Amino acid sequence: MTQIPIKEIMPHEEFLESGHLACPGCGASLSMRMVLKALGEKTVVALPACCWSIIAGPYPQSSLKLPLYHSAFETGASVASGIKAALLARGDTETTVVAWAGDGGTFDIGLQALSGAAERNEDILYVCYDNEAYMNTGIQRSSATPLGAWTTTTPGAHPEARPKKDILAILAAHRIPYAASATVAYPEDLLAKVRKAKATRGTRFLHLLAPCPPGWKSGDDETIELARMAVRARVFPLMEVENGETWRITVDSPGDPIGPYLAKQGRFRHLKSEDVGAIQSQVDARWKALQRRVAGG
Amino acid sequence: MKKVIVGNHAVSWGVSLARAEVIAAYPITPQTQIVEELAEMCDDGRLAAKFIKVESEHSAMAACIGASATGVRAFTATSSQGLLLMHELLHWAGLGRLPIVMADINRAVAPGWNIWTDQNDTLAQRDTGWVQLYCENNQEVLDTTIQAFALAEKLSLPVMIVLDAFFLSHTSEPVDIPSPAEVDAFLPRRDAALKLDTRDPHAFGALTTPAVYMEMRKRQQEAFDQVPETLRLIDADWDRRFGRSWGAVESYRTSDADTVLVTSGTITSTARYVINERRERGEKVGLVKIKMFRPFPTEPLRRALAGIPKVAVLDRNISPGHGGIFAEELRSALYDLPSARRPRVDGYVLGLGGRDVTPEVIGECLDATRGNDSSANAREDLWVGVKP
Repeated sequence: MTQIPIKEIMPHEEFLESGHLACPGCGASLSMRMVLKALGEKTVVALPACCWSIIAGPYPQSSLKLPLYHSAFETGASVASGIKAALLARGDTETTVVAWAGDGGTFDIGLQALSGAAERNEDILYVCYDNEAYMNTGIQRSSATPLGAWTTTTPGAHPEARPKKDILAILAAHRIPYAASATVAYPEDLLAKVRKAKATRGTRFLHLLAPCPPGWKSGDDETIELARMAVRARVFPLMEVENGETWRITVDSPGDPIGPYLAKQGRFRHLKSEDVGAIQSQVDARWKALQRRVAGG
Repeated sequence: MKKVIVGNHAVSWGVSLARAEVIAAYPITPQTQIVEELAEMCDDGRLAAKFIKVESEHSAMAACIGASATGVRAFTATSSQGLLLMHELLHWAGLGRLPIVMADINRAVAPGWNIWTDQNDTLAQRDTGWVQLYCENNQEVLDTTIQAFALAEKLSLPVMIVLDAFFLSHTSEPVDIPSPAEVDAFLPRRDAALKLDTRDPHAFGALTTPAVYMEMRKRQQEAFDQVPETLRLIDADWDRRFGRSWGAVESYRTSDADTVLVTSGTITSTARYVINERRERGEKVGLVKIKMFRPFPTEPLRRALAGIPKVAVLDRNISPGHGGIFAEELRSALYDLPSARRPRVDGYVLGLGGRDVTPEVIGECLDATRGNDSSANAREDLWVGVKP
């Protein structure tokens, strides 16, 4: 693969100010920074409760240079639907309306509103930055928490016992024009997907893996590395789905063993080798299922 | 133009004449006719609104919040369980100072399932920061719907118009419908000073620390303090243009009365009939109708009731563990009148879950209060017409 310096592909304009309130190494803040670079200034953000409710800064400050509406936990998609309708009512067909939500606000409490908006094919871009638990409230499990993970509500001898919900397949099942997964470790892929989403009309969904050093118990200089390992180990394949039918893998996942990815994170420290084997089997099975989807099976 | 329409359609006509720009709604009996009619109006071009057919009342209010924050006129309608589901977002709209207008058809709450009228759904939203206006007839419904947008946008407060299930929502009455041009002159397009705008970006609703939260609350209270005078001016303007006004509180045949009924909603019309009958028999009885419940019209009620010996409040609602809600609030409003001018206030809980409140039932309440000693205070609210 040809290496292109990131500064050549990344737009220089910044919409995220320095002085925001993210933790060091926060995958969610890097995600926002990159996504907004690709979206540009004609963007309005609906922000349900999530880490970003804090990162954006307290009244009267804002770390974003764009209009931003803080909203209730379960209302990312529905508030964004209302904003879009209002813009259209006044003749603005150009502005991109983004709902920016965490995994709790997407996989759990906001799923109904998201499903409703997706089914209606609202002309919004819904971005879920997924740090795989309720991190803002102090690391409680969500339905995005992966099998085997420690959280404060899956402590001790009882780590997360269920596999992560397949949110991309759920959105694809709504037959929306565009759904994709991406992560900050692959910025070219991320930017291409944001641009494609921006140019598409109807409901667009982006699922971004956003490592969280305090929640994953990882180093704050390991965010990019962990996101890359997740992709390479097929834990988080980079995909896009058009109209719910055409599945495509956009960046190769060579299938690195999962052990090193888990070993880098304190939340998996308790796992025994047979647990790692069970997780590897699940990843392998999901990968096979994905291959069938990509092949149109 | 005069038309014979049901109360629900009086709301729809009001919303259409107000040129709502975004409507988001979810069906629930007995509200559904409002949004069905609005969907027809959008479909045939009479109304140029974006209609979002959301998957729940929670999302209906969320979409209205998004739309209103973007600076347009937003409307929804609901009832009972739907209103209860919205509760979180009613606070959001209230404290977010968004001038959304909503019609609620007063319907009892479950369990057991009951689609008939009482006021517990809306009164449970008392502290959410919404103005509440209870209507008595279909003309008042249409006029109040349009006035509500003017009031909401003037003070940046959401306004709830309240109608009794079936007795008003599904009852046909002749309604004078003003022309679009006349309403346009009364209510110009919304021009929000602050909104979601990429040319002037702001963050709304960010983390609000103890250092500033109380000031935000105080400003909300100050806006509520301005509602009575603002509504009076809007109502007077309406009167000049259309020859009708409604007031926040209405006194009916009270000037020499020894006993006065206090009512809200459609019970008021039945009570007027009872008062007229009793007046013919020479009884000195009257009626005070409370239209505006939030903000509570303390001063108008003190003026209306000071010096009247006995008052009977008819409450189609119940605060379990306390009593009828209008009676409670009225006692509080009258408390610091000089004792010689402070009425005895009797509370009657009746008509819950749509039970009919007939002239006979109202007569019973009136007789009971007339027979009471005005120098003593009522001990507890009486439940009327309850089977043993």
